[in-house]
Amino acid sequence: MFRWLRRIYQVVFLGFFLFLVVVTTAGLIRGYDVQWLLEFDPLVALTTALAAHSLHHTLLWALILIVLTLLLGRVFCAWMCPMGVLHQALGFLARKRRPPDRVKQNAPRRSHKIKYLVLAVMLGLAAAGSVQIGLLDPIASTWRGLATSVMPALGNLAFGMYQGERHFQWGTLITLVFFGALALNFVYPRFYCRVLCPLGALLGLLSKFSLFRITKNLEICKSCKFCGADCQGAADPQGTVRATECMVCLNCIEGCPRGGLSYKFLPPVRSSTTKIDLVRRKWLGAGVAGAVAVPFMRASDGVEPRPNPARIRPPGSLEESAFLEKCLKCGACMKVCPTGGLQPALQEAGIEGFWSPILIPRIGYCESNCTLCGQVCPTGAIEKLTIEKKVGEMPARPPVRIGSAFFDKGRCLPWGYQTECIVCEEVCPTSPKAIYFKMETVIGRDGKQKTLKMPFIDLDYCTGCGTCETRCPVVDRAGVRVSAANESRTPRSSISLTGGKI
Amino acid sequence: MSNNGPPGPYDQLPEARVPKGNLTTAAAPSDAAGMNRRGALRVGMTAAMAVGSVALGFGLRERSGSKKTRDLPTLKDHRAEKPAGANDMAIVRGPDPAANVRRAIEALGGMGRFVKRGERVVIKPNIGWNRTPEQAANTNPDVVAEVVRLVVAAGASKVWLTDASVNTPEQCFARSGIEKAAKAAGATVIRPDASAFREVNVSGKLLRTGDVLFPFVEADRVINIPIVKQHGLSLASMSLKNWYGVLGGQRVKLHQNIHLSIIDLAAMVKPTLTILDATRILTANGPTGGSLADVKQMDTIAAGSDEVALDAFGATLLGLNPNDVGFIVEGMKAGLGTPQWQNLKTVELGG
Repeated sequence: MFRWLRRIYQVVFLGFFLFLVVVTTAGLIRGYDVQWLLEFDPLVALTTALAAHSLHHTLLWALILIVLTLLLGRVFCAWMCPMGVLHQALGFLARKRRPPDRVKQNAPRRSHKIKYLVLAVMLGLAAAGSVQIGLLDPIASTWRGLATSVMPALGNLAFGMYQGERHFQWGTLITLVFFGALALNFVYPRFYCRVLCPLGALLGLLSKFSLFRITKNLEICKSCKFCGADCQGAADPQGTVRATECMVCLNCIEGCPRGGLSYKFLPPVRSSTTKIDLVRRKWLGAGVAGAVAVPFMRASDGVEPRPNPARIRPPGSLEESAFLEKCLKCGACMKVCPTGGLQPALQEAGIEGFWSPILIPRIGYCESNCTLCGQVCPTGAIEKLTIEKKVGEMPARPPVRIGSAFFDKGRCLPWGYQTECIVCEEVCPTSPKAIYFKMETVIGRDGKQKTLKMPFIDLDYCTGCGTCETRCPVVDRAGVRVSAANESRTPRSSISLTGGKI
Repeated sequence: MSNNGPPGPYDQLPEARVPKGNLTTAAAPSDAAGMNRRGALRVGMTAAMAVGSVALGFGLRERSGSKKTRDLPTLKDHRAEKPAGANDMAIVRGPDPAANVRRAIEALGGMGRFVKRGERVVIKPNIGWNRTPEQAANTNPDVVAEVVRLVVAAGASKVWLTDASVNTPEQCFARSGIEKAAKAAGATVIRPDASAFREVNVSGKLLRTGDVLFPFVEADRVINIPIVKQHGLSLASMSLKNWYGVLGGQRVKLHQNIHLSIIDLAAMVKPTLTILDATRILTANGPTGGSLADVKQMDTIAAGSDEVALDAFGATLLGLNPNDVGFIVEGMKAGLGTPQWQNLKTVELGG
């Protein structure tokens, strides 16, 4: 009975999650909060708050899960987590047939402590200003896997069925990591959840205090160990139940032929254990390793000293170090971007910014009348903008700039080949247009004079949206290209003296 | 064979291969020389594989010079016959865009002149940009809706409405207000997904083939509803320029010879009716606009079947001399119409 109740919950939560991922699409998205499950994730709240010293208001949802876990234990993992459902559904891959074999398979192992060290490393990184939790957090990972791997693949399978064809640079890496995590079920069921999941670790720590727990009546127990045959968390119900590992799947209660286990409010203290059995040295070591990694990473790719021209952040992005304190790399902005131009960074944003969003204008430009990426960002790494603010009104209110365009005069058709074109001017969305033209007389190969419209860029009006680069008829490397220079999120990127900021 | 010393690895081999027993008398069936049933089967299979792979290889061989030329469809001539005495062009001014459309079509003899009962019609507004109606980068949604209503009322069996937007189609169709208005009026709105295009013959001076939105291949009648806008490269974007929007693919290449490619496309489509929307016109920073300062309220609708004449009229609204606009001149040369709209049978109605 419990099993079916739990499955209903799991399917409902997964369905809800999938619905929210699917509607995170230009044309389908409405006013509701599509990032609700990520905002519900206390690990997201904790790490971004540690890094940024402030809590984005939407992340207050996480308090619900914290209170729920303090009350009921790690119920999230077996009842709500979208990745947990997928893991549970794939548990059959390595599932042994005979119950005694399953008891061994689902017994506690020393490796299950690794997740606590993963958590400590992540918290150390966050405390030093680098939020990397999105790489392993189950909700962010599932979001990213669906948004940049599964959904685009579906789109390519059934041409145009959903968002048409989408491409994400080196999305294969995301595919391998996402399905790799699921494939770990070949080793034993819920390998990822038991060994690696940092959210599970955090909820496990909170479960030390949980009021409701599984308890075993030792007078009834004949030590048949059937209770441990299907234990999702490897929480050792056949021995002393480990409250930190227990996902409250309730399989032990159903498995006991004598009804010797129950889930109770404030059961006798000795009937379960909250020990994790990690010495303080290891906790500290992992945390310090995380924290110390940050200066090393910045010694490799600094945030400011050598910004990459391709690090074009979505409009409304915070200044880079503040951005890295909040971005989860969940891929929601990439999913919702109507042109598909937002892409997971590889080396463009340094090691810390791996898989964080950058605009690749050759793939898709930043639509000027669109602020969807900021609308779906769960942590405020990309601020919510109004279209009025984004577009601005020169000179009183300058627009939000994400970079600026530059001509490559060797590749531009009018400049390099004396050929009529100025598509860039036509599609330039600002008013007045940042790309303008002047009539210039040139002498052709045949020695004859002809008059051509030559394009120029006005830095004061260019927002770096990249429409010119997307639409430039010169295939592969365009004749006009955007770089992050002159982005407005930090005065240090400014090129022009207009505005007076030095 | 050496018998000295311990046997080496090769010493045993010849003996090992010799079948046991007497070769001549009691042979094992599988080792017997000649054909038994299994042997015949093996030979047959091998032969079949050999013949099969040769046949497959020759079958898949690429033949040079004998490639079949594909039979691409060509668009129909969508023009309707002009009844004797009917007006060529109508220009209507008034505050209500829908009423202007109705009066203009009435002045031309009613929608029944252009659309017969049971015909399939495609309507082509400009839905190129992610802009609001007030920004005047797309055709006015009230004008579009009214045209759809008139076509539905004329008894069309199918009314498609489509355009190949430059910005993201979902956003253009929504923010322009056209999708909602057209659907409410009874049109089937076709967004330009990759699957919505068919390759056709353009057979123009410049363009030979192109990918065209499928309703233009299937429809009996085509109605063009452009908006009047300034355009950097071609000076203006009106009726003739609106045909860029039937194309998918690398259409930005057309700008290298914009006037002739406009004419090639217009000559390919041969529309039934054109309704030029000058309710609001974009006088600067076209064809995208963006600022209300670029927009001029004109409250004017012009309709007819001579696109060159309509564009010549539209050019005057933008303060241009039609003779300076390349595609108008080229359109006249190509026999698509006359820029002398005043010389046609034109009615002008005030508001």
